[in-house]
Amino acid sequence: MAEPALSIRGLTKVYGNGFHALKGIDLDVQQGDFFALLGPNGAGKSTTLGVVCSLVQKSTGKVSIFGIDVDKDFAKAKYQLGVVPQEFNFNQFEKVLDIVLAQAGYYGMTRKEALPRAKQLLSDLGLWDKRNGSARMLSGGMKRRLMIARALMHRPKLLILDEPTAGVDIELRRSMWEYMRRINRDEGTTIILTTHYLEEAESLCRNIAIINHGEIVRNTSVRELLAELDTETFLLDLAAPVDQAPRIEGFEILQVEPSQLALVIHKGQELNDVFSALSEQGLKVVSMRNRANRLEEMFVSMVEGNQQAIDQREPQEARA
Amino acid sequence: MNATQTLIALWTLVLKEIKRFTRIWPQTLLPPSITMAMYFIIFGNLIGSRIGDMDGFSYMDFIVPGLIMMSVITNSYSNVASSFFSNKFQRSIEEMMVSPMPNWVILSGFVLGGMARGLGVGLIVTVVSLFFTRLTMEHPLLTVLVVVLTSALFSIGGFINALLANKFDDISIVPTFILTPLTYLGGVFYSISMLPEFWQGVSMLNPILYMVNVFRYGFLGVSDIPVGWALAAIFAFIVALFMVALTMLERGKGIRS
Repeated sequence: MAEPALSIRGLTKVYGNGFHALKGIDLDVQQGDFFALLGPNGAGKSTTLGVVCSLVQKSTGKVSIFGIDVDKDFAKAKYQLGVVPQEFNFNQFEKVLDIVLAQAGYYGMTRKEALPRAKQLLSDLGLWDKRNGSARMLSGGMKRRLMIARALMHRPKLLILDEPTAGVDIELRRSMWEYMRRINRDEGTTIILTTHYLEEAESLCRNIAIINHGEIVRNTSVRELLAELDTETFLLDLAAPVDQAPRIEGFEILQVEPSQLALVIHKGQELNDVFSALSEQGLKVVSMRNRANRLEEMFVSMVEGNQQAIDQREPQEARA
Repeated sequence: MNATQTLIALWTLVLKEIKRFTRIWPQTLLPPSITMAMYFIIFGNLIGSRIGDMDGFSYMDFIVPGLIMMSVITNSYSNVASSFFSNKFQRSIEEMMVSPMPNWVILSGFVLGGMARGLGVGLIVTVVSLFFTRLTMEHPLLTVLVVVLTSALFSIGGFINALLANKFDDISIVPTFILTPLTYLGGVFYSISMLPEFWQGVSMLNPILYMVNVFRYGFLGVSDIPVGWALAAIFAFIVALFMVALTMLERGKGIRS
């Protein structure tokens, strides 16, 4: 079996103030995967990725990129790696073209090699017309795309995207998704993504790890995770307002607004039964949607479950 | 990285640094030439004519090498200090940290960029001085060698300052409170032979005195201190500070959490 694109074993990080950001992470991301690393703010996502791309010094543990131990040959490992960080980290006063060409130069690419690559990437990402402008003149979405172009200049086999679509409008977000899918599918680039948009993870990723309080809570495929989803909540818009939520045996229905109901469906239950019962009571449903993204429901329940476990564990530890 | 890739990376960084200070030339190249022209007019021409000769040379001829060296020192130092700190502040230093560029290349790139500005400004000030005096160079090779070494030394100093700095104020403390006084007391405007014996001894502790004097020796052929000893001291300082800066960079001081 091919070496994983990324392999992490026993990774810990204790900051100078004593904060344990990572408490022994084990993680494998296979070659060609589109992988999501999810977790609430401060869970340890960015610290984990920071260690992988050498921006954060690990305390203990082992990190390998395509089988290359970063402790032994980080330079070789870095050739395989492209990084799109969460925050803009380019010189805002430089020209767009200069930023991507300089990055290629840092990887030892000649200008002759780099210029066609820059043209291709900036054109693909809709930035070629802006190449001679200062980076500070770009919109937020353009700046994010500039960081993607910069990260891809040296043709990395593993691309790390730390919240790449934060603050990007829906239309642009979808075009960026399409671009990421394309480089994953056509060029075989392994992609690791962190995001707060769980719809993004569900739409793009095949595998997923959820990190909370510096520990991996789950590491599985998106399909398996969703299959475990026990309940799903739908919002039903009614043709006419009702005084109170209708009662249907076996189903949980709540009134959100006079003409909107929230329907909680458990595994094994069928929507047809609800619609039949609602019709019998003279209620017409004009539209229906998920209250939250399915993965979001799963994520919230897992993180909350993990928090409860920690809350229960901590008083015992405090007593010990 | 192989040797060619390493050279490409180094050249990329040096070129980027040169582009940076030439892009903002009204802040980087113009002010020293105006300031030094003022020094030449006021100290060299107006006051200098009343001071008379210094070590057998006109006061203008005496201060020109010191003023050129002062420009080189301050510009080499401040270029690296402000550029590297800006990279830290804007986090664009991460572009280099995630790349396979070795740390010594990052350090050398910034130092060479600082030297390019320091020596560039030194050249501009030299040209400006030609409007006020006729420069002669007794030892051209020595003059070039000492100005290049001095520029390298203070560029490394600026790099260490930027690594340790947490805010913009921190990169102006050393130039304001250490570099400027040491330069002014480093024999730019006077010969230390004018000082009482005790203060001559104290002056010998000032490293800038050695650089200014060797540089002046290159132009005029006179020096207050032994030239060979001074060159060896500058070279030793360069090696020591380079190693300190490199070790700090390897440990991620100020740039890695």
